[in-house]
Amino acid sequence: MCTLEQRGRVFVLTLTGDGEHRLGHALISSLRSAIASAAEAAAKAGPGAALVTVGEGRFFSNGLDIGWAGTSRARLGELVDALRPLAADLLALPMPTVAALTGHASAGGFLLALCHDYRIMRGDRGVLYMSEVDIGLPLPPYFGAVLRAKITSANALRDVALRGKKVKAAEGKEMGIVDAVYPSAAETAAEAFKFAEQLAARKWNGGVYASIRMSMFPEACRSVGIVEESDEEKRKHFASKL
Amino acid sequence: MATGNLCAVERRGRVHVITLTGAGEHRLGPALFSAIRSAVAALRAAPGDGAGAGALVLAAEGKFFCNGYDLAWARAGPSPADRISAMRAAFRALLADLLALPMPTVAAVTGHAAGSGCALALAHDAVVMRASRGFLYMSEVDAGIKVAGFVGELLREKVPDAVARRDLLMEGRKMTAAEASRRGIVDAAVDGEVEDVVAAAVAVAEDLAARGWDGETVAEIRKVTWPALWSKVNDYGGEAPARPRL
Repeated sequence: MCTLEQRGRVFVLTLTGDGEHRLGHALISSLRSAIASAAEAAAKAGPGAALVTVGEGRFFSNGLDIGWAGTSRARLGELVDALRPLAADLLALPMPTVAALTGHASAGGFLLALCHDYRIMRGDRGVLYMSEVDIGLPLPPYFGAVLRAKITSANALRDVALRGKKVKAAEGKEMGIVDAVYPSAAETAAEAFKFAEQLAARKWNGGVYASIRMSMFPEACRSVGIVEESDEEKRKHFASKL
Repeated sequence: MATGNLCAVERRGRVHVITLTGAGEHRLGPALFSAIRSAVAALRAAPGDGAGAGALVLAAEGKFFCNGYDLAWARAGPSPADRISAMRAAFRALLADLLALPMPTVAAVTGHAAGSGCALALAHDAVVMRASRGFLYMSEVDAGIKVAGFVGELLREKVPDAVARRDLLMEGRKMTAAEASRRGIVDAAVDGEVEDVVAAAVAVAEDLAARGWDGETVAEIRKVTWPALWSKVNDYGGEAPARPRL
């Protein structure tokens, strides 16, 4: 389902196998475990870490396991609910995060990619696609909140959410969704890793980094269930640093 | 008029220029906050002389526009947490004063603007920045300091582009005027020395003052343009004379 390896200061989270990496209970659970392990290991190692998430094969992730859900609204609701804490884990992760988009990311898979701080994507193939409007599924509120937090061009947001646009890397870059584009999967993965190393080399305090990230997106954080830190707590932390 | 030795105020036509004086970092501690607030309050009291509301330019001497909070002052006290609280409250008050100021405001970023100094610059209606040296730098991530809610709000409203805001706040990017201007974070990058940047800011301010806007209207419109920030700071400052509301 997924593997976590540590290469120096960078944790590489790989969605394994040639399939669509559909987000069902098992994969979501594995991803959450792996992310928790990375956070734990980083806490022990001290400041300076980063996460790269990559999918093997043609897909980053093609979204929730709607095959398993079938016609059951209850099951679909379960999966939507199960993905939410994974989104929270990423938004609260005490290290910078990079999504290496070497394959398609749609619906819940696109959401996962958006929950990362940076997106590095291959330019030769692959799309980012919020497919819900095309398949007749509503966007859960937390999807909306994350989309609004990360895609701040109104037209880009409209195109992604309301028009089901299939966004290729180059266009994604113009829309402010993709940060860097590389010509092949291999280069994309390599450059994402290199970039993650550079971020880790900044030696940011993980807790502070996560706090600053959350102060950028308070609405999105609330929507995925993250409890906001108070200014009082931040002030105490500030005082302890002096 | 000089306020202590921390800032000087002068008139250039319709423009009121407040300059943070001296070659230092113009760190925001209680004394400098007080000096700036006094200078700003004096403008509220006598904003114009028949020629309309005028406009404000905030500038600085030396290598720095403003390098952030006065951490040395905070450290020196018996309770640093209380001193941080005092600085944050004073900053919120100054931001409220600027948001409620009955005239357009222009920041002349004549040198480095870091942390709360960067936020202070962005709190103005327009920002011109020196091209040849100086960075905008939200230093908090590198310094290991968390960002208070009202600062996050200020950045969300003034730097609405998620990518630009991420680079500034989460990547701790040191942005030159050229980059900041290209990305819409500042209005113009100005070549030359400190004095050239101030002159450019004064020119922008003069143009705004020449519109002859009613100052209280400018203030009220500003508050509804940046309502989230206003709501986070209006309990701390920005006293305005009572005015009938529409």
